[in-house]
Amino acid sequence: MRVNEQEMGRGRVVLRAEDVWKSYDEGTITVLKGIAFEAIEGQTVALCGPSGCGKSTLLHLFGGLDAPDRGRVAVNGIEVNRHRNLLRLLRHEVGFVFQLHNLIPDLTLEENCLIPTVAAGTKHKTALDRLHQLADRTGLSHRLGHRIQKLSGGERQRTALCRALMNRPKILLADEPTGSLDEQTSATVFALLMDMVATEGVTLVMATHDRGLAERCDRLLEMHDGRIHEVQYAR
Amino acid sequence: MRAGGRGCGMIFLKLIVTNLRRHRIRSFISVAGIAFSVAAMLTVVTILQGAIGMFSGILSSDSEIIVFERNVSDLFFSNVPAAAAAQIAEWPMVQHADAVLFGIVSSAGHPIITCFGVTAADARIAKATWIAGDRATFAQHADDVVLGERAAEFMAANVGSFVPIGHATFHVIGILKTANGFEDGGVFMPLASAQSFFHKEGTSSVITIKLRYKDQAAEFKNMIKAQYPNLIGLEDAEFNRSYSQFRILKATAWAVGGCGLLLGGLGVANTMIMSVFTRIREIAILRVNGFSRLQIGGMIFGESALVSIFGAVAGLTVGTCFLFGLKLIPALHGYVDVTLQPLVMLIVIVLALLTGVAGALYPAAYAMRIRAVEALRFE
Repeated sequence: MRVNEQEMGRGRVVLRAEDVWKSYDEGTITVLKGIAFEAIEGQTVALCGPSGCGKSTLLHLFGGLDAPDRGRVAVNGIEVNRHRNLLRLLRHEVGFVFQLHNLIPDLTLEENCLIPTVAAGTKHKTALDRLHQLADRTGLSHRLGHRIQKLSGGERQRTALCRALMNRPKILLADEPTGSLDEQTSATVFALLMDMVATEGVTLVMATHDRGLAERCDRLLEMHDGRIHEVQYAR
Repeated sequence: MRAGGRGCGMIFLKLIVTNLRRHRIRSFISVAGIAFSVAAMLTVVTILQGAIGMFSGILSSDSEIIVFERNVSDLFFSNVPAAAAAQIAEWPMVQHADAVLFGIVSSAGHPIITCFGVTAADARIAKATWIAGDRATFAQHADDVVLGERAAEFMAANVGSFVPIGHATFHVIGILKTANGFEDGGVFMPLASAQSFFHKEGTSSVITIKLRYKDQAAEFKNMIKAQYPNLIGLEDAEFNRSYSQFRILKATAWAVGGCGLLLGGLGVANTMIMSVFTRIREIAILRVNGFSRLQIGGMIFGESALVSIFGAVAGLTVGTCFLFGLKLIPALHGYVDVTLQPLVMLIVIVLALLTGVAGALYPAAYAMRIRAVEALRFE
């Protein structure tokens, strides 16, 4: 079902959550309590909050990996959690970057990045062109044929970023993307992430514990007691 | 399942192969399981088909129709009045009719020797290559026998020897060579002697018929039905299809081979279950990156199909070599027909593939049901 595409004056809404509830253990632990949220095209949004406050859960709901108990989530006008929409969502609308790179170790960097295009049935030449474009911009061109085990932590996370952007998603969902990296690599990867997001015109929703990184996003949302509070709105 | 051309297909294939390479020993054991099953099935089926072929070859020597007692489970129990052969031979459509009595005899160290009670005119005697002796002397004395080449060898007998068979002693008057293992390892007696020896005076096991014209077979069978209600006439091909002993043998061969494949299939199932359980997180990553359930299932079935194909090829190679090895053993000369039938090979390959697919059913269903959100928490 298409949700009304509201123009907010600031841009087109590409992600909307309405009264989203989520609980675990048969309702005994309620993680999300009526979340309402909107993000507009090209915006960078940071979700902060203590461990277990529901940041990852919210990202999973935005990406259709999990379903809310109540409420609705729509990405680029497509209602999430309708089974028929799920594959389209994962193939074309959202890309994921996790704390752990989640790459397949026995495949090369190139093969890992091509996985989303295999799933989407993209022509191989188109996929390769896109990969070379992303690899150039992330400085991985010389590592395309290398297996994942041979890459450094920063290179692995950059590979994960390339993979997430292969099918030109509208939204990038990043769950602690620099959480497993040292401070210097973390800063490099985050700078690259922000650069790629700006260049690609992607909306970024990022869960992070790093307040410093969060403050560099357009918006900073604090999650607490199952609700979100807007702390910063720069754009 | 969508694919984005050759390159994407290659990556999909690499995802399949990668996992098999990751656990080489486990994959090898699965391939070996299928290979041994296929080899066992091929060997058992080919040997039994060969044995059946040889036995039916004995019956169809220079004949098109076999007449035997209706409703007998085994031709050794069939009793056909020997006089019927003489009467049938007079029918205008019949070129010749030969009464044959089958029996099992034993000799020292050889508990089972097939004995053929035949007339001197029988094709088995007339058309065989006589290595020693003279066909014209056959059936002149009651205690005369002719031995097949291999029977002469294991009984250490020559022309003129006296050999103990059962409770009597017989005089060897000839040694003949045939291409048929049963005949080559058998003893040929004059029909009357065999009837006396087996206490079946006046009867034979079968009458083999050669017609003047093959298109008279239906008419001949109708005449048998009308004039000898206790007998039945079947054309050779008909007999091979319907004879219960052949059917039992064939069913046994396929059942034994099937059991082997079942075990091989369980091996594949075990491998595929382990394959899925040890990479739940990886499957979740593929799901997050847009792989459909069908693509995940296709990957698992692809793995099992690859194991089955390698297993089938290895099994056919090993089985064929084993059969050729058996053929080289002198004691089995003439008994093992190593003519590999394309249909049997095709059936074996298809069965191996089906076994692989069946073995992957549960693992594939499990993999397709994996929820990415839960699996990503899996360590």
